[in-house]
Amino acid sequence: MGRKLLLEHINVPGINTLEVYRQKGGYAAMEKALKTLTPDEVVEEVKKSGLRGRGGAGFPTGMKWSFLAKPEGVPRYLVCNADESEPGTFKDRYLMTHIPHLLIEGMIIASFALGAKTSYIYVRGEMMPQIRILERAIAEAKNAGFLGKNILGTGYDLELYVQPGGGAYICGEETALIESLEGKRGNPRIKPPFPAIAGLYGCPTVVNNVESIAATVPIIRDGGDEYAKIGVGRSTGTKLISAGGNLAKPGVYEVELGVPVEEFIYSDEYCGGIANGKRLKAVVAGGSSVPILPANLILKTIEGNARVMSYEGLSEGGFVSGTMMGSGGFIAFDEDQCIVRNTWNFTRFYHHESCGQCSPCREGTGWMEKVLHRLEMGHGKMSDMDLLVDVSKKIEGNTICPLGDAAAWPVASAIRHFRDEFEWHVTNGAEAVSRNYGLAHYADPLPKPEAAV
Amino acid sequence: MLKVEDTQTPVEFSAALLEQFADFVSRYPEGKQKSALLPMLHAVQAEHGWLSSKAMDKVAEYLKIEPIEVYEVATFYTMYFLRPQGKYVLEVCRTGPCCLVGAEKIMDHIEQTLGVKEGEVTADGLFSWRGVECLAACGFGPVLQIGPEYTFYENLTPESVDQLISDLTAKANN
Repeated sequence: MGRKLLLEHINVPGINTLEVYRQKGGYAAMEKALKTLTPDEVVEEVKKSGLRGRGGAGFPTGMKWSFLAKPEGVPRYLVCNADESEPGTFKDRYLMTHIPHLLIEGMIIASFALGAKTSYIYVRGEMMPQIRILERAIAEAKNAGFLGKNILGTGYDLELYVQPGGGAYICGEETALIESLEGKRGNPRIKPPFPAIAGLYGCPTVVNNVESIAATVPIIRDGGDEYAKIGVGRSTGTKLISAGGNLAKPGVYEVELGVPVEEFIYSDEYCGGIANGKRLKAVVAGGSSVPILPANLILKTIEGNARVMSYEGLSEGGFVSGTMMGSGGFIAFDEDQCIVRNTWNFTRFYHHESCGQCSPCREGTGWMEKVLHRLEMGHGKMSDMDLLVDVSKKIEGNTICPLGDAAAWPVASAIRHFRDEFEWHVTNGAEAVSRNYGLAHYADPLPKPEAAV
Repeated sequence: MLKVEDTQTPVEFSAALLEQFADFVSRYPEGKQKSALLPMLHAVQAEHGWLSSKAMDKVAEYLKIEPIEVYEVATFYTMYFLRPQGKYVLEVCRTGPCCLVGAEKIMDHIEQTLGVKEGEVTADGLFSWRGVECLAACGFGPVLQIGPEYTFYENLTPESVDQLISDLTAKANN
């Protein structure tokens, strides 16, 4: 059994209330931080923990905090990114629904560390039920003296508000989120300046994912060094994985970083294998943006070692034979799924969600969607695959924000690993409309790597 | 181009709505009241069902900003309706993970059952439906949501959709 730091008490009845959350040791870490540590010491503990941003980028949280500018007389802001929209990812919804006080406690700790007196939790607008849950939890915390003026008599003041989004994937990008919080369209800003210098209302701002902020609670409770003992290498601690697609037991699982992918998919502790006794064809391991891998490459690296769930483990092999941890949105495809159709679906998503600011992304996602649609419908050409790779390369790296890369990678990787399935859609156009390509060779053992000459 | 239906009918905001507006504006520093725009538009839509141009103009007036600042936001974000909808808008997730577990069949079933195409309103004014992008519930797909509370319905089957539609019809007729 892996250790649980965030979801340990998730099944305790009433854990969504302040009373039960406190019975289970809740708000002790917040009290420890405010009463016994200085803000800089809190930042130091988070640095020692090795915690990396859980929203997708994996940037060290403590380092991000230490970059925050602290000019005299200028307010600083902490904004929690709860705009969870990456296809395949639903861990933040789960955490906010069932254990909202963990996020509130983390917000108080992180706001204290950063010297923020007003903080916002930006929740995607579709999560109105979660917004109501959080607002109720904030009211409870305020009644208990954990928010507002002079918290626990320490002289620290903090107001915490929940802000709804309006239904736009792009607002998960931190500068788009800030624009949206200012009441504008979610167009990402050109960086620099980074939010740490000029963010919300032009003031120094830190934007952190829900899970990153929640993780500060066990880090402060147990100490950064203890947290860093969990996991493997530079992937410390635990990670929430949203497991979806054709799995026997989809859901949110907390794993110690370093658990083998094969164990995660097939063991009863986690996903319990593929649904309906089918075989695994492919996996998107970190949310729709990360490269898709066929079954053989997700289970083993090109070197033939068991692939593990960690930042380094999932990216082993680079984009040639590896993928990324991303946000931990783990999507499994069974043998009956069509990779072409799914790639078209994901590309339609990125086209729909492009903010329209940069032409490579605005136009490129639209063209990729059109070409993929004709391939899926059996009207494609053999030259379409190279065309798609060409378009994806012209988007990648040429946009203000990472949505361009996020749209390019799924297409480029699908063609890299499933090119024969795409070609079959061209050569067998009529057949491709009525049936799928199937598992083919995608789960076959990989050839042994040739010995170095 | 902004396509808004009914640009003439005057709009009144209820006292409850104005109270909500004041609460929203109090959450931001002085002079940054524009931050209240997204929550205010949600509140207006919850009360009126959609955002008419008169309603948006009134929001602009309240926030002391230009009407265009409201229009550009209302047209950017997908949750805001710029034309009247059915009383219940069934929003079905159409993104990859939900499609792996049958979302497309659910949308076909809704279209057949309601007898209207995506975006259209049923003759009795009760229902409209549309496909929306990922709702962050991929482990429980197929899923749909219904505003303004954004109640969630998970692990949908054609039978559970039929039940939902008949429950909502009964609720509306009572």
